[in-house]
Amino acid sequence: MTVEVSELRVHYRTLRGSVQALDGASLEVGDGEVMGVVGESGCGKSTLGKSLIRMDGRMRHVGGSVRLGGEELPIADDRAMQRFRYHEVSLIPQYAMSAMNPTRRIGRMIRELLESRGVRYAEVRRELERRLELVGLGADVLKRFPIELSGGMKQRVVLVLSTLRDPSLLIADEATSALDVANQRAVAEALVQFRDRGFIGSMLFITHDLALVAQLADTVTVMYAGRSAESAPTSELLRRPRHPYTRMLLSAVPEVGTTIDESRQEGIPGSPPALLDPPSGCRFKDRCPLAFEQCATRPPFIEVASGHRVACWKAE
Amino acid sequence: MGRYLGRKAVLYALTFFVAVTVNWMIPRFMPGDPVQSMLGRASVSDPQARAAMEDHYARLFGLDVPLWKQYLGFWGSLFQGDLGTSVWLFPTPVTEVLLDAVPYSLVLLLPAILLSWVAGNRFGAFAARSRWLDNTALPLSYLLTATPYMWLGVLLAWGLGVVAGWFPATGAYSFALTPAFTWAFLSDAFAHWVLPFLSLFLVAFGGWAIGMRNLIIYELEADYSAYLRALGAPRRLVRRYAFRNAMLPQITGLALQLGTIVAGSLLTEVVFAYPGLGSLILEALNNRDFFLLQGAFLFIVIGVLIANLVVDVLYVVVDPRTRIQMQGGA
Repeated sequence: MTVEVSELRVHYRTLRGSVQALDGASLEVGDGEVMGVVGESGCGKSTLGKSLIRMDGRMRHVGGSVRLGGEELPIADDRAMQRFRYHEVSLIPQYAMSAMNPTRRIGRMIRELLESRGVRYAEVRRELERRLELVGLGADVLKRFPIELSGGMKQRVVLVLSTLRDPSLLIADEATSALDVANQRAVAEALVQFRDRGFIGSMLFITHDLALVAQLADTVTVMYAGRSAESAPTSELLRRPRHPYTRMLLSAVPEVGTTIDESRQEGIPGSPPALLDPPSGCRFKDRCPLAFEQCATRPPFIEVASGHRVACWKAE
Repeated sequence: MGRYLGRKAVLYALTFFVAVTVNWMIPRFMPGDPVQSMLGRASVSDPQARAAMEDHYARLFGLDVPLWKQYLGFWGSLFQGDLGTSVWLFPTPVTEVLLDAVPYSLVLLLPAILLSWVAGNRFGAFAARSRWLDNTALPLSYLLTATPYMWLGVLLAWGLGVVAGWFPATGAYSFALTPAFTWAFLSDAFAHWVLPFLSLFLVAFGGWAIGMRNLIIYELEADYSAYLRALGAPRRLVRRYAFRNAMLPQITGLALQLGTIVAGSLLTEVVFAYPGLGSLILEALNNRDFFLLQGAFLFIVIGVLIANLVVDVLYVVVDPRTRIQMQGGA
């Protein structure tokens, strides 16, 4: 199913005022598509992921909408959202290493979770074991406690558990960030495999790892300070980035074959704006080498080429 | 598991040895001489008779031999259940005096410790779920734990005993009765038991409730709770997991608290003139009866060690992580 997020605004309530963590994020994921969501930390990636499945008590839906296959997700209504969770929208959390109850055997925890969601464990047990096998785990992990598993194994168990109901949308929030390179690759490949087999509909792959996105994602959305900056098919974005922030982000990634002696890696000077009281207009203007007067008004997120959307006045 | 228990057993044996040794030392190096105190009672002025009596008492209390022999002899008679003769209740054996008092202490302590633990944990977990309850129950719990046992004891004795007159404020039973398994005695003993029990129960209850409330809140914010909620698990399931996991530190806490509760019972028994080990310790101190004191401490040491051992074993059963570490895994 397609996922359409348009102008989503979610703020955090704090004692000092509302932090505008998500302030006009838009993206569109096609059916069966893997979209990478990238950006510096604090750009709203994780807030976006959380908003689509479960907002915590401090988060407030201010505006914008999320549509899943044409149906609007009631993201602000915790109760109404319940029926979508797990069955339609699922999550591989940032903290997959500690996502399982440490004092329950994994199989029992899965059974209790499934039965609390109205699924008979006996009916899905064979499928569960089959999928565990697909990610290289034996059925005996179900008899173990989480601390008996390595980090990579836990990650894969969570991957299988999260996708067991064949969700239309999977949010993978830094799903591989805590793993070593070999495990990262294994988990990333398992995700793609699950998508290919139809276990997962669309996927939002939230990460700060551009190299992984280049390998894994069909499309990429670059976020900056709570807004979508640029969105395009992966190869297009890597070859022809239009937004100055995307360009600088890409130039900050070392290429294979270069060494430190030959070229000094460029970072992006400055840091993202504080979102408690963000600047008006384009939020990147203070760090942007191309900034001019018009940047005082917010640039629209418009399509400049087929499937390629940019929020920048200088992009053609 | 066997190795773990073996290691624990050695540790407990060592603790027992050290505790008994210290226990033996304290009264002997304390000022005051039991022989002199016995002589004082007899008020004999003839120096020859005095010397003979001194000799008799010294032999009776085993004080006529060198210290190291006294120490070894102490261990020897300990294993025969002989803890010497009481000075205060001369010539009753200490063991007999203690065995009369221990049931009262147990009847007071065991329900107070266990019920306050169970009820406090339940209540704390319950309080963590609503803001209103949290705002009223928490300060009350703080007030309860901050109250010293004897102060609460005095308040209860005065309020419910003297002013309201609902319960008798002193003793374990009415003087008119003798201990027996009759309905009259048991109901009378129960009425006497309520106030001292309540003072112990309330103070401990507040502490457990606060601890549990904080632990539950911590567990509800743990990653596994967040994950379950994101996958739409009902509150009931998330709470069940949180409660179970929050119980683990509370079990350890129970073991740690035992010593304090025993000390609290001492004060409570003094306040309510309840004839348990606590009152006995006070009497022993007042009468310089260091054999009795020694015996009472020994019983407390044994009690605390047994309780800790039970908690240790229990912990292994409830927390898979300790079990797995024992098997040398992960």
